[in-house]
Amino acid sequence: MKNIIGNINKAFDHRIRLGIMSILMVNEYADFKTLKELLGATDGNLASHTKALENSEYIKVEKSFIGRKPNTKYSVTNEGRIAFKKHVDAIEKLLKQ
Amino acid sequence: MSTEDYLKDIIEIKDMMNKSSRFFSLSGLSGILAGIYAILGAIVAYYLVSISGRDYLILDGKTFNYILIDLAIVAILSAITGITLSMKKARSNNESLWNSTSKRLLTAFLVPLVTGGIFIAIKIYHNHYGLTGSLMLIFYGLALVNASKYTIGNVKYLGYVEIILGLICSTMPTYGFWFWVVGFGLMHIIYGSLIYFKHDK
Repeated sequence: MKNIIGNINKAFDHRIRLGIMSILMVNEYADFKTLKELLGATDGNLASHTKALENSEYIKVEKSFIGRKPNTKYSVTNEGRIAFKKHVDAIEKLLKQ
Repeated sequence: MSTEDYLKDIIEIKDMMNKSSRFFSLSGLSGILAGIYAILGAIVAYYLVSISGRDYLILDGKTFNYILIDLAIVAILSAITGITLSMKKARSNNESLWNSTSKRLLTAFLVPLVTGGIFIAIKIYHNHYGLTGSLMLIFYGLALVNASKYTIGNVKYLGYVEIILGLICSTMPTYGFWFWVVGFGLMHIIYGSLIYFKHDK
């Protein structure tokens, strides 16, 4: 039991961060606008959560321009993929008990 | 956190994975209507051939051009209906019609379909039009199977049915017309109704 709880990752302990990770797990990348639409978050709110995940190196950010418009693409890192899988496994195990 | 919170998390994860990778607002009703257009188009084609005084089609006749126009009308009407009704459904699902999932869906669908369309046009140009019905069914089926990854998953079964019909049709090309009516008319009506009752309501 202790072991399972140890695998619950605090970094994913928020609806928006959980959502960002879920989206990036099944997509090669997603841009800021797509994330915002899917999660129904405000700019500031989403930015702070992506920043947090970026700081833990679970997602990476790629900034580019489409014409003159800045375009920010997010994708999941290998560590992020592993950490998120562990997190989901732990939740599922907890639910099975 | 309680068990209930964890359960909510899992539901949220699955929901986000689905929503971000698939476009769900395909309208079943537009499938039914596309089937009806196809059957009406087929009746018109049947009538055109029967008044031409021949039982078969020749390429350089007026009848053939009329039939091409008839087919184009069916295709355009089906596309317009599909887009309009899906737009309506997307709005009520709070999903935008033109997003990354619908773009992927459209690309996956159009690549096999346009390839097939060009191939068929080239074959007709070279007077090889005997297998047109079969080829239309096969390429349309492949387009559906390919697109099913990005939308309601069981669209692929309609794709498989179209491919199988197309293959059988290729062994008996003289019945091409009837296979076309079954594949594009009847199957759309059956399948559209299934989606309509399962997802539209």
